[in-house]
Amino acid sequence: MPDAPFRIMHMDLDSGRGKVLEFGDPAEVLGGSGLAAALFEEYGDPEGSWDDPRQPLIFVAGPLTGCYPLMSKTVCAFLSPYHNQYAESHAGGRLALALRFAGLHGLMITGRAKRLSCLTVGTRRIDIYDVDYLRGKDVFGAGKLLRRISRRSMSGHRTILRIGPAGENGSAMACINVDSYRHFGRLGSGAIMGAKNLKAVIIEGDGDLDLPGGKDYNSLYKELFGQLTTTDMMRKYHDLGTPSNLIPLNELKALPWRNLQATTDPGVEGISGEVFAEQLLLRQTACSGCPVGCIHIGLLRQQFAKEHEYLYKQVNYDYESVFAEGTMLGLTKASDVLALLDETEKQGLDVMGAGVALAWATEALDTGLISEEETLVPLAFGEVNGYVQAVAHMGNKSNDFYAALSMGTPAAVAQYGGGDFACVLGQEMAGYATGEVFFAAQTLGFRHSHLDTGAYSYDQKVKEKDAQKAIDFLVKDDVDRIQLTSMVSCLFARSAYSQERLQEALAAVGMTATADNLLESAKKVQRMRWRLKCRSGFDPINAKIPKRFTEITTWKGSIDPEYMEQVRMGYAQAIVAMAAMDEEPETES
Amino acid sequence: MKRLAASKMERCIGCYSCSLACARLVHKRLSWSCSGIRIHTSGGMSSGFEAKVCVACDPAPCAEVCPTEALTQRRDGGVKVNRSMCIRCGKCAAACPVDAIYLGVENNKPYICIHCGRCVAFCPQGCLELVDMETSQPEPNASSETPKEADHA
Repeated sequence: MPDAPFRIMHMDLDSGRGKVLEFGDPAEVLGGSGLAAALFEEYGDPEGSWDDPRQPLIFVAGPLTGCYPLMSKTVCAFLSPYHNQYAESHAGGRLALALRFAGLHGLMITGRAKRLSCLTVGTRRIDIYDVDYLRGKDVFGAGKLLRRISRRSMSGHRTILRIGPAGENGSAMACINVDSYRHFGRLGSGAIMGAKNLKAVIIEGDGDLDLPGGKDYNSLYKELFGQLTTTDMMRKYHDLGTPSNLIPLNELKALPWRNLQATTDPGVEGISGEVFAEQLLLRQTACSGCPVGCIHIGLLRQQFAKEHEYLYKQVNYDYESVFAEGTMLGLTKASDVLALLDETEKQGLDVMGAGVALAWATEALDTGLISEEETLVPLAFGEVNGYVQAVAHMGNKSNDFYAALSMGTPAAVAQYGGGDFACVLGQEMAGYATGEVFFAAQTLGFRHSHLDTGAYSYDQKVKEKDAQKAIDFLVKDDVDRIQLTSMVSCLFARSAYSQERLQEALAAVGMTATADNLLESAKKVQRMRWRLKCRSGFDPINAKIPKRFTEITTWKGSIDPEYMEQVRMGYAQAIVAMAAMDEEPETES
Repeated sequence: MKRLAASKMERCIGCYSCSLACARLVHKRLSWSCSGIRIHTSGGMSSGFEAKVCVACDPAPCAEVCPTEALTQRRDGGVKVNRSMCIRCGKCAAACPVDAIYLGVENNKPYICIHCGRCVAFCPQGCLELVDMETSQPEPNASSETPKEADHA
């Protein structure tokens, strides 16, 4: 496999026609994060509006997709309805391998279908179906019908992306569901599909590829596979999964509870990773090409009539979702958390956004900023029934209040106040109240994912308050992770895939120029991504960290606002400098 | 003589490592289809996984319909494959009672399990095993025994 350009299907929904592009030099743009940014620079308008149908919705794999274990992720790039800035979101499932086995590295969609549609792409097909009958269908109901219109022989060898009511309604918290249990969760990618009148995308991985390498490749594959499956490196992800973090973070006083009014609570005993595993875990499942199997599926059993009438549902849970729709809402019963996650999945909402927004709404109701006239249902920490109904109201934008809230907590704050206690770090926070560096880093994070950088880990490992050292760490960790997200690796495999290992892996599949250029190209991609984000309106210098984050206590004691601001401002300045580095100087005409 | 048995598929996590291993090591392809074992769902991700793999028929219907002796009966079940004899007519796939033979999209080339067992080491869940053809009895399923530690990690 030489360093050949990427093969991208550009689908224009206005004309209903596709075009295959040979795009980008892997040694320059790498793939994944770099390829997505290069495509957006070429085909998108960062100064335009997110809901302009001409804006591209981009899904890209990378040069190592399917070639090695855990090279199983896909990057989605778009202009976000949350803040109209360039955004990336990552997801697993079967999408990455389906794309590659459809003979593509990426799918880029522009335009708007005339009617609500489903796009199907395979090695020898592009079809657009009218699926107006799916309008308003929740994610699971839509999935069942979509499986029927797809070829039965492709079951297990295709991916089905779809949106729920939230995406159709243009919610800035709308996610794209990938194969039922994975998501492009953050920053509202689902609304982009809604704006394009696209209910679903099916990609059939019905082709195959030449083996990219010889003996060296096979032996490297075997070595990596052994490292990832027979050592302790990945055990935690498969065993209890990421919810294993609940008790340790609660003990550290770093687990956000009840809209971050507290950072620890004995109620964690009811929703720990151990409780989920022992009482509700039905099975684990995996993304295609990943032998770890970190996806945990819980059994939700619900009584729907008197006597012994029960239904059951299979609900995905992990650390972030148990934080956002568990501890953040004061829920201390595992089955309650699953019930709320199930409704959130149905609506097609980002679980982190929805949970944290409802935590703000609960405190706003409690302090009298809003009333039940706005919330329609009582919202109280620990009471699941109100939250289940509220999530449905968010998905459907039932009234002005939920219409605002579904565009993000800042949109609701703009109307109703309460910004001091809005747990927003650029977007609704991730579940790590570890301290100053994480709060500053997530505020400026590219995806507002806790995995943007290892700031949560830095807070725990580094005691000294040296802002410059923290800033240097963030800049370097960003570029290290860009190497992985350009391949496109799961970030859980970051300890297996060092820079040297990635170079070895690229060389073994014949991509020696990409291997040689990896670090320099990753730095270039880092600058390109920040440039796009800043051009689309990101203003890191003036980004704010809400007051609530200065009021908490962790195992280290009170938050130091001065140190946090030093880190935030220093990182903001570094981002601005990176964004400006490759810009051509203005010349007089 | 041994045969491959997908005897503990209820443990499967859907990682496709077995299919990728067969394609990579036996057929020299990067694929989840061009493989002697293929993983499918039976109604979405919530329904679990099934393996499409040769069940070692004796006599084997695929060998009986093969017009060129590219497929010949293997002792105790399954078939031996002579690729140079194959004219890619596809009759073997049509004759297979369990849909275990995949025909390549580009060239109609048949992909069928040769019971070499190279996929077994790549299953992290212990779903697959090589069993003796004479007894042809896979080990009792763990679900009917005292639970033991999973093979994973």
